[in-house]
Amino acid sequence: MLMDASNIPFALEFKSTSFSVPVLVLTTDDLDVIEQKLQEKVRKAPEFFKHSPLILDLQEANNQGCLIDLIELAGIIRKAGLFPIGIRGGNAQQNKQALELQLPIHSISSRDAALLDEKKQDTASQEPEVNTHASSNIALAATTLITYPIRSGQRIYAKGDLVVLTQVSAGAEIIAEGNIHVYNSLRGRALAGVQGDVEARIFCFDLQAELISIAGNYKISEDLGDSVKGKAVQVYLQDQALIIKDIELHH
Amino acid sequence: MARIIVVTSGKGGVGKTTTSAAIAMGLAKRGHKTAVIDFDVGLRNLDLIMGCERRVVYDFVNVINEEATLNQALIRDKNCNLLYILPASQTRDKDALSQEGVGRVLDELKKDFKYIVCDSPAGIEKGAHLAMYFADDAFVVTNPEVSSVRDSDRMLGLLASKSRRAEQNEEPINEFLLLTRYSPDRVKLGEMLSVDDVQDILSLHLLGVIPESKSVLNASNSGTPVILDEKSDAGQAYADIVARYLGEDRPHRFIEDKKGFFRKLFGG
Repeated sequence: MLMDASNIPFALEFKSTSFSVPVLVLTTDDLDVIEQKLQEKVRKAPEFFKHSPLILDLQEANNQGCLIDLIELAGIIRKAGLFPIGIRGGNAQQNKQALELQLPIHSISSRDAALLDEKKQDTASQEPEVNTHASSNIALAATTLITYPIRSGQRIYAKGDLVVLTQVSAGAEIIAEGNIHVYNSLRGRALAGVQGDVEARIFCFDLQAELISIAGNYKISEDLGDSVKGKAVQVYLQDQALIIKDIELHH
Repeated sequence: MARIIVVTSGKGGVGKTTTSAAIAMGLAKRGHKTAVIDFDVGLRNLDLIMGCERRVVYDFVNVINEEATLNQALIRDKNCNLLYILPASQTRDKDALSQEGVGRVLDELKKDFKYIVCDSPAGIEKGAHLAMYFADDAFVVTNPEVSSVRDSDRMLGLLASKSRRAEQNEEPINEFLLLTRYSPDRVKLGEMLSVDDVQDILSLHLLGVIPESKSVLNASNSGTPVILDEKSDAGQAYADIVARYLGEDRPHRFIEDKKGFFRKLFGG
């Protein structure tokens, strides 16, 4: 029986997540050698490699002038029982081949990823003030420390962990790719693990937040029970559910 | 060294102009040459509160556009000869203000005055931005109710990120809280936030509490800053605030209701 798609409101949903994938770095274009070495590796740990996804890194080989034919390489990898799920560092020809093979093209380094993030951040920060103190060239994944109150309307973005010693006012927004620690009242919005880190946590001394979120899973103020409001808590993700738990403070 | 004080709030109607007039008069009365500038171009009120509306010839925008000199536009107060008023233009809007022009006028005033009080318009747009941009000290005027407190919080964020001092990485603006229209009776009934509630949300140095008072309305209508009404509670509260700003240690008053005070006195 056919059903009208609009009658099924929750048929699908896009979610953001991150996981680690093995990357195969190639340094030769001799396909026989590659096949032989690959078979050896797989024999050593068959269970580990069985049906494993794999990203092919062609940059090193290209730099050495070894121009690998991607279509043949993909065949060898599939024969070894692995699934190529994308390439990176390819030249124009290889990128074209990749698309023909329906393999996505990934960016090469974490620096590129960081550049992308910055762009994202720029578009996100058209709100009036990303505070000048906080946004000034924080090294990748370093901890950002905030020592002045974060006022209504201010927005702080940290690439790594974010540690706030002062209050976060209602109407303020603190965002981190890693964990968030607030050693004071948290009244605004706090979003940890915004690039999809499900292990990220939020810690605060006094939970009065408007919204808390970890890797896109969020709770609004109304959903926070009275048992945790105003308490020192940690927030973490378990089976896609936000868990809010008292932190026992020993005085 | 001259100091620029901005009186700001975000929200309208909380008492910025009343406060600007009172503290400018208070500073001048204590012997400091003071200028007070109305930044509310298009909705000028300061001249009414100061009682000089019939002596306005040139205004702030004329000076910025170099159509008049500062000396032509400044109006000397009739009660205190150390106090001068620079009125806003009523026929223009905020776009008539430019950062460069405001900076030039303030620089010129700094040569001659000890304190320059900038009466900010409501909102966070151009007029309010320029009023606070060059400030050294900020008096954040807040009423004890949630929307006013939130707007003040927003304004504090702007002071910390969008001012000249923030942009040039200098020492931040000194921020002071002024709680106005405070009524201890209504706090007791739970109709109003208490001083502690507001302090808890804003965590800001409290410079003083101005009680809700008829004397403020009377002062506005008669065009004399309320601080000159020395018998009134609001006038005394403003005098305390000026003294504290100048470094005197004065205990806070007008936070407890009067009955409570007597009960405490007589142990009743």
